Amino acid sequence: MPNMSLVKNEMPAQEPEVRNKNFLEVALGYTEEQAVDEATRCLNCKHKPCVTGCPVQIDIPAFISKVAERDFEGAYEIIAKSSSLPAVCGRVCPQESQCEAKCVRGIKGEPVAIGRLERFVADYHNLHSSEKAEKPVSNGHKVAIIGSGPSGLACAGDLAKKGYDVTIFEALHLAGGVLVYGIPEFRLPKSIVQKEIDGLKALGVKVETNMVIGKTVSIDELMEEFGFETVFIGSGAGLPRFMNIPGENLNGVYSANEFLTRINLMKAYKEDAATPIQHGKKVVVVGGGNVAMDAARCAKRLGADVTIVYRRTEAELPARAEEVEHAKEEGIKFCLLTNPVSIDGTDGWVSNVHCQVMELSEPDESGRAKPVPKEGCFVDVEADCVIMSIGTSPNPLIKSTTEGLETQKWGGIVVDEATGLTSREGVYAGGDAVTGAATVILAMGAGKTAAAAMDAYMQNK
Amino acid sequence: MYKILKKKVLNPTVTLMEIDAPMVARKAEPGQFIILRTDEGGERIPLTVADYDREKGTVTIIYQIVGATTEKLNTLNEGDCLQDFVGPLGRPTHTDGLKKVAVVGGGVGCAIAYPVAKKLHALGCEVHAVIGFRSKDLVILEDEFKAASSKMMLMTDDGSYGTKGLVTDALKELIESGEEYDEVITIGPLIMMKFVCALTKQYNIKTIASMNPIMVDGTGMCGGCRLTVGGKTKFACVDGPEFDGHEIDFDEAMARGKTYQPFERDAHEKICNLLKMEVK
Repeated sequence: MPNMSLVKNEMPAQEPEVRNKNFLEVALGYTEEQAVDEATRCLNCKHKPCVTGCPVQIDIPAFISKVAERDFEGAYEIIAKSSSLPAVCGRVCPQESQCEAKCVRGIKGEPVAIGRLERFVADYHNLHSSEKAEKPVSNGHKVAIIGSGPSGLACAGDLAKKGYDVTIFEALHLAGGVLVYGIPEFRLPKSIVQKEIDGLKALGVKVETNMVIGKTVSIDELMEEFGFETVFIGSGAGLPRFMNIPGENLNGVYSANEFLTRINLMKAYKEDAATPIQHGKKVVVVGGGNVAMDAARCAKRLGADVTIVYRRTEAELPARAEEVEHAKEEGIKFCLLTNPVSIDGTDGWVSNVHCQVMELSEPDESGRAKPVPKEGCFVDVEADCVIMSIGTSPNPLIKSTTEGLETQKWGGIVVDEATGLTSREGVYAGGDAVTGAATVILAMGAGKTAAAAMDAYMQNK
Repeated sequence: MYKILKKKVLNPTVTLMEIDAPMVARKAEPGQFIILRTDEGGERIPLTVADYDREKGTVTIIYQIVGATTEKLNTLNEGDCLQDFVGPLGRPTHTDGLKKVAVVGGGVGCAIAYPVAKKLHALGCEVHAVIGFRSKDLVILEDEFKAASSKMMLMTDDGSYGTKGLVTDALKELIESGEEYDEVITIGPLIMMKFVCALTKQYNIKTIASMNPIMVDGTGMCGGCRLTVGGKTKFACVDGPEFDGHEIDFDEAMARGKTYQPFERDAHEKICNLLKMEVK
């Protein structure tokens, strides 16, 4: 008899007034009892609508039944068939618009907490599993992976398990890509990312940091001089966008990328850090995505009074529902239907953000209601620090140094969707470098798709 | 890890290091830069490539001790290793087709100007070098510049060596005497480059200035190094570090350079105190 409770089991979390002053993980995860209880809410539908909502088609009802039976390792094995990074995706996937959006239980009441269960299973496995990864017998084929974010890690893992000699090239001094420079510790502990990377190393994957492909070496050199048969480009969408409004180059204006990189990668929030960060008193974050929530919550933890300025309404916020919820609980203010038109400053430093008041009109091509200026209505928001979090675009370094690599007008690499193959033979791509800023799970899925195609290509050569 | 093969003190605040970094040496060109970290937990700082030897696989950097990280870097010696050393980053200096160039360097900026002068000289371009320092004890690379130019003017602010005056005085004199340059390349403190550019604008001589703003990643990701050039926002790390000097908003660049000044001062004091304690 299934558990017919209309609401999810709450996930324990640090108290808002405690956590908004530290960088420790906010959500603490289910206990075994909570997980089993939540698992029994699943009706084990025959037609599995949740699976169709999952970008990598994890057999969700199957893993949840294993949780209900307390076979947590069995549940992990089912997830691991489709996902390379369950501990990460359980934490950062926008479940409410994917698997959980399709859950039958969500028609009347809340859907099954699929994301929380995935996280529980992955954490259980990481804590209890003692199996040592065995280095597979080498098949002698060399593969280069550019970028150590979600798509690169997934691609590297699948190929290494098949015996390929895999080398990951990372531009920064630490592997993990957006998982280490972008997503904050309190949402995704870096020890989890490190564990994934250590797991790959145990499989024989080499990680070369401080290698900027397109600068230090080009893709052609990797293939011609260094003997790599195939290359996977998972270089992400790393270039920050700005609004091109007056005052954007004042001191105190950051891209979210810079603000978050200083905090997450360079640990600037720590007292003894060598890298500085501005501890603003009044911080304005412009944007409504996950990155905006991350930047706002980091600024809060550094002691600021934080306001998010977003041009649409709460219903259109693209961030995960849980992040918006958490941000509100932590005391982040939301200034909605406002759009910055200029940033004013004194003595070279930001003093306030001048915003146009907006109103919603007809939906635009993205399907969201289009914000239009409300004539003559302006509002000023005081700020000594402004963080621009309005999106990113692919880095042109690889495109500009790889002849014959086709890209979209906006910079995304053109690939065959079924295989990830680019316009260059042997060169594959996936993740944000192809799609523009998207999710961890889509990038991971693209890495796995490309790995399968690269394997087939090298075996048939 | 990247081993320090050679360390040479050039003047009381400026030091040269030769680093074992074959992958960077393979591709490095004048005008490009590297980013280094001295140790785990260290800050990423950009330094321009001062020289390179592709066969030995080495890259030379020259740094002025100005903040906590360069202070820390200076405590390292031959045989020690740097944690990280990545590059070459940025675009190389454009040297094609130049027949006659004035290279104007100021202070430690001369370390960056030198490889440019050397390359131009080697390509058969007529190089006039104008190098300026505050005083005699701060002079660096005098012989090197002499060897890489057909005419050299060494200026000091206080007249303790060379000619008393600013680099702009010397450059003006050269231009007024009828020297016709295809291009002026200037590298040094922002205020000096600002005035060099203001001068050459009067004579309508194309001028390239090398910018060295605050950076984190150096690959276009953070945007911390942005500056306004010709009314447009540019990233020094990927679009530069060299730009048309007549288009650069130097006042904005100078203001942005001061973002972390209070923090730098504190960090510098802290590390000085630490070093003093170690000496005791």
